[in-house]
Amino acid sequence: MINRNLQPLKKPWINSSTKDKIIHGFFFFNGLISVFVLVGIFALLVYTSIPAFKEINLTSFLTGTNWNPTSYVKEEYGIVPMLVSTFMVTIGALCIAIPLGIGTAAYLSDVAGNRTREIAKPVVEILAGIPSVVIGFLGIILVGPFLAKIFGTSNGLNALNGSVLLAVMALPTIISISEDALNSVPKNYDQASLALGASKWQTVYKVKIPAALSGIIAACMLGMGRAIGETMTVLMATGCAPAMPESFLGPVRTLTSSIAIELGEVAYNTTHYYALFALGLVLFIITFFINMVSDIILHRFEKVNR
Amino acid sequence: MNNKSITQFFGFGLLRLCIVLVLSALAVILYDIFHKGGAIISWEFVSEMPKKGMTEGGIFPAIIGTFYLTIITALLSIPLGMGCAIYLHEYSKGGKIARLIRMSIRNLSGVPSIVYGLFGVVIFVQFLQLDTSILSAGLTLGLMTLPWTITASEEALKNVPQSYRDGSLALGATRWQSIRTNVLPYSIPGMLTGAVLGLSRAAGETAPILFTGAAFFLPFLPKSFSDQFMALPYHLYIMATQHHAIDKVRPIAYGTALVLIVLIFCMNFFAILIRYRLRKVKME
Repeated sequence: MINRNLQPLKKPWINSSTKDKIIHGFFFFNGLISVFVLVGIFALLVYTSIPAFKEINLTSFLTGTNWNPTSYVKEEYGIVPMLVSTFMVTIGALCIAIPLGIGTAAYLSDVAGNRTREIAKPVVEILAGIPSVVIGFLGIILVGPFLAKIFGTSNGLNALNGSVLLAVMALPTIISISEDALNSVPKNYDQASLALGASKWQTVYKVKIPAALSGIIAACMLGMGRAIGETMTVLMATGCAPAMPESFLGPVRTLTSSIAIELGEVAYNTTHYYALFALGLVLFIITFFINMVSDIILHRFEKVNR
Repeated sequence: MNNKSITQFFGFGLLRLCIVLVLSALAVILYDIFHKGGAIISWEFVSEMPKKGMTEGGIFPAIIGTFYLTIITALLSIPLGMGCAIYLHEYSKGGKIARLIRMSIRNLSGVPSIVYGLFGVVIFVQFLQLDTSILSAGLTLGLMTLPWTITASEEALKNVPQSYRDGSLALGATRWQSIRTNVLPYSIPGMLTGAVLGLSRAAGETAPILFTGAAFFLPFLPKSFSDQFMALPYHLYIMATQHHAIDKVRPIAYGTALVLIVLIFCMNFFAILIRYRLRKVKME
């Protein structure tokens, strides 16, 4: 018998499938935030740099070899010295970090026993956690004097110092991504090579590293991106003279450190201020390009090894 | 020994040399900071205000500043990061939009920190008129840590077995009910681990806060989130390069570096502890 007096279930104020749609929409917008931020950063850098080019000629900005925005005689905004400095320091860092990083990654993935790996991997992660300002500080008090003693210069605040420090900072990135790449090389590659009588070293050197090469290249590019964008370390340890760099033993001033030095002193909404945003835009474009390319390489690599 | 094993010997020796060099770089860094910084650490150093033009006294306001800053960073980046990860892993079906989002996340994590600083100056300091304050700096750092939080949260969601979701969906739960009751409780510890790791990196950043609120010296503690503040990494930068008596304050710089590193290690340790407890719960 059906009880006619049964109260109907209390209806929720909102239909549950409507509610689910609203929640879905909420998370959808939340998910889009990273896109907004990326586009926002780019748009804002462009928007804020545009006023700079009312007074600065774009060609002289991109090809000028003098950066002297506070001159009383003639203000000059040429970014070439900074671009050269940035790439000098970065390439120096990569010359140190790439061989060391790949060697370490190969050791961790193919030579080390389980125990060594379990200990060494977190230790490398610790290196990644050391703040850039601490590395820069050590550049001033430890690496700088050491380099000055070896090369007989008056102080060690130069491009070489910056390269050494940036190498330390880029290493964790290069190591961990290269190691992932080496580990994702299918196991039958090494088995085939070993079965043909190759030694373990020959297998690592002639089979695994070539097979993982695109992943390793992507790792190195990501490390390069980090080195180019690094601010505090180069700001503290490279001497920061705003002139064309002469050698690895002379002071240099990168894009990042120029922004860091001058933005603190400049008045808001002046040509100089806008010019610093133009520097930021150049920096953004360079790192964006490097990241995109490494991203594409990694994506291909993952597809091939699936 | 034949030729092949000789090359193997030297080859592996070379690889060993690489890892020894990397590890000894870390050892030198830690030894120098702990050895020379340890000499000045005392209760007074971490609990007192700087005195006599920062040549004596402690670094208390810098510690407090970094603490407040990290709170703001966490408030922005943890909820947003989790939400974005939930969309990517639970709602999206891997179409074009998801790919666009993932591409943006990877690119955001490669944007130089000083560029985030520029962004913060224009958006938070000038446009939203938050002025140079804890709030501006914290929000800037929050945006910077966003990609790390999202990636870590997504990893945590991936670790929840698909059957948990299927089970509740089969019983007629809506997608959100299933996420709330069967997915989130199991993934929150993993998400927090990733979030704390991200925060520890943010706490050591200097470039984004240079122009968004960090102060050279303040004789008082910040009273609200709209005050300027002193922060450990910025204090170290000042002490290492900008102070008028650099040689005299070197011990303070070492001490600041040590406190900063210990703080970051503690946060990492805390994160690993959460992960460890999570694993134990899962096994039971």
